[in-house]
Amino acid sequence: MIISVASGKGGTGKTTVAVNLALALSNTPVQLLDCDVEEPNAHIFLNPAIEETKPAQTLVPKVNYELCDYCGKCAPACEYNALVVVPQKEVMVFPELCHGCGLCSLVCPQDAISEEPREIGVIKKGTSGDGTIDLVYGLLNIGEVMATPLIDQVKAELNPAKTVIIDVPPGTACPVIAAVQGSDYCILVTEPTPFGLYDLKLAVEVLRVLKIPFGIVVNKAGIGDRKVYEYCENVDIPILLEIPHDKRIARCYSEGVPFANKMPEWKERFVKMMSQIEEYVYEQ
Amino acid sequence: MKQLTIISGKGGTGKTTIVGSFAVLAENKVLADCDVDAPDLHLLLHPEIIEREEFKGVKIAVMDKTLCTECGTCAETCRFNAIVLTEESDYTVNPARCEGCGACVFTCPQEALTLQERVSGYAFVSRTKYGTMAHAQLNIAEEASGKLVTAVRENARQAAEQEGCDLILIDGAPGIGCPVIASLTGVDLALIVTEPTMSGLHDLERILDVTRHFGIGSTVCINKYDINVENSKRITEFCRQRGVEVVGNIPYDPVVTEAMVAGMPVVEFSKGGVVSDAIKDVWGCIK
Ligand code: SF4
Ligand code: SF4
Ligand code: SF4
Ligand code: SF4
Repeated sequence: MIISVASGKGGTGKTTVAVNLALALSNTPVQLLDCDVEEPNAHIFLNPAIEETKPAQTLVPKVNYELCDYCGKCAPACEYNALVVVPQKEVMVFPELCHGCGLCSLVCPQDAISEEPREIGVIKKGTSGDGTIDLVYGLLNIGEVMATPLIDQVKAELNPAKTVIIDVPPGTACPVIAAVQGSDYCILVTEPTPFGLYDLKLAVEVLRVLKIPFGIVVNKAGIGDRKVYEYCENVDIPILLEIPHDKRIARCYSEGVPFANKMPEWKERFVKMMSQIEEYVYEQ
Repeated sequence: MKQLTIISGKGGTGKTTIVGSFAVLAENKVLADCDVDAPDLHLLLHPEIIEREEFKGVKIAVMDKTLCTECGTCAETCRFNAIVLTEESDYTVNPARCEGCGACVFTCPQEALTLQERVSGYAFVSRTKYGTMAHAQLNIAEEASGKLVTAVRENARQAAEQEGCDLILIDGAPGIGCPVIASLTGVDLALIVTEPTMSGLHDLERILDVTRHFGIGSTVCINKYDINVENSKRITEFCRQRGVEVVGNIPYDPVVTEAMVAGMPVVEFSKGGVVSDAIKDVWGCIK
C-alpha cells in the first residue's frame, strides 16, 4: 500500500502528518519516502541513522570534437535551448537548462555526442532513531533547478513489501505529479483558512486528473473559518482527521519532535485513520 | 528601480501576509506574485484583472493512433516515463509526465508523434487599490513554472517603467528550485521569512545557501518568534554567524488569520496591533 501525503502549499503540516502516521503504524513495516527534495524535513523529526548516501545524477551531453563537424543540427533540436553551436569553435552545453532527454545525441549525424553523468543531489537512506521506520530522502543541490529526476530516483527506492508513506513536495506542478503518481491513496493536508482552501482546491484538481482517491486532514483546526469544511461537504470529500490548533502540538513541531510520541492518544487516531483508508482502498 | 523578493524556503511561514502588508506600506511600487504554483496574494489584495495572457510553457507529444503500429520505440526513447503501455490501453502519452523534449518524435518510425504547444497557465496584470499587480496561475500538473515566474516579473517591470515606479515587491516561490531561482535572479534584496521551528531553521539554511550562491543580499525576519523563543535565539545566532541581519521579530497573534479570513492585509485589518507594528518596523528597516 502506497499512501502519499500532499498539500497545495508548504507549511500546512504535511510532514507532521506523514511522520506521525509512519510512527503510529509501528506494528507494520513502514517505509517513508521524503520526496520534498528541495526542503526535506522528515529526517528532522525521525533522527535517522544514515546508512547510505549516494549521488543522484542526470545525464548531460558531451561533445567529441574529433567527430563534430559543427553542422549545427543539435542546437535547434533541443527544446530547452541548452545547446549553442559556435561554428568551428565549440558546442556549448548549458547544464542547468539540460533536461537530460538524450535527443541531441540521437540527432547528431556524426555520433559526436555522448552523455556523462552530472550530480544534481544526493539520496540518503537510513532507519529512524527507534528503528521502526526506513527513511529515504533526496536532497537537491543548491543552484539546481530540476527536482523531478531526483524525486524519481527517491521513488526508485520504494519497497513494495512495506507500507509506504510518501511526503510529497508542495504545489501542483510536475514534482508533485512525480511524487504522487502510483499511490493507492493520497492524504491532503490543509488549514481551515482562505489560503488553505484556495491551495486545497488546486491540489484536489491534481488528484482528480491523476484519478487517485483522497481524503483531507485539517490541521490547526479551530483557526480561520468553516469554508474548508463547507467545501468538503459540498464536493463530497471525506475529512479523515482533524488536528487541533494546540499549543503542545505546535511546541512539539517547533522542537522537531513528532507529537504522537508525546501524546500517545494520537497514535490510535492515526491508526484509525489508516484503517479507514485501507478499507476504502480494498473496497475499490 | 529596486526589486525586493520576499521568500520563505517553505510555504506557510507568513510570507504572503507580510507581502500583503508591505503592499499597504510601500509607496510608488508594483506588486508581483511569483508563487505561480499556489498564488495567494490575490486573496488579500483582490486584483481586478485588466490583462490576461496565455502562457505557453513546455510542449507536449501527441500521438496519432491511426499511424501508430504499437512498436514501443517511443516508450524506450522517453527518459521521463511519459509513454507507457498499460493494461487498459496501448502506448499512450501521459501528459502529466511529458516534458516535451521531442525525443520520441525523432525516433518514432511511423511519424505518429508530433510536438504541440499547450497553454500551461495564464499571466495577469491587474489593478489593486494598492497599485498594479502582476500575477499568474500555472495550470495543474505543469512544468516550467520558472518561465512563468520570469514572465510575471517582466510584466511587473514593464508596468513599473510605464508608471514610473521605483520599487517592485515580489512574493517569491517556495522551495530552492527553478521557480524560486527565477524569483530571485537580479533582485536587490531578499527578505527571508522564517519561523522558529527546527524545520524553519533547516529551510533557512538551505535558502541562504541559494541566495549566497547567486550573490543576492539577504535579510531575515522571524515570524511567530514567540512560539519558541529558544529557537528564535538559535536562528538569530545562526544569522549572526552567517553575517545576515535579522530585521524583525513578529509575534504570533490570531489576528493574522482573522485578517486573512476578512481578506485584508493585516496592517490594515488591525491598525496599531502588535503584529502590524512589528511588520511596520521590518518595513522601516529594509525600505
Ligand atoms: S549535431 Fe553533432 S556534429 Fe553537428 S554540431 Fe552538434 S555535435 Fe557537432
Ligand atoms: S540532452 Fe536533451 S535537453 Fe540536454 S542538451 Fe541534449 S537535447 Fe537538450
Ligand atoms: S514509436 Fe511511433 S509507432 Fe511505435 S509505438 Fe510509439 S508512436 Fe507508435
Ligand atoms: S516528448 Fe519527450 S517527454 Fe514527452 S513523451 Fe516524448 S520523449 Fe517523453
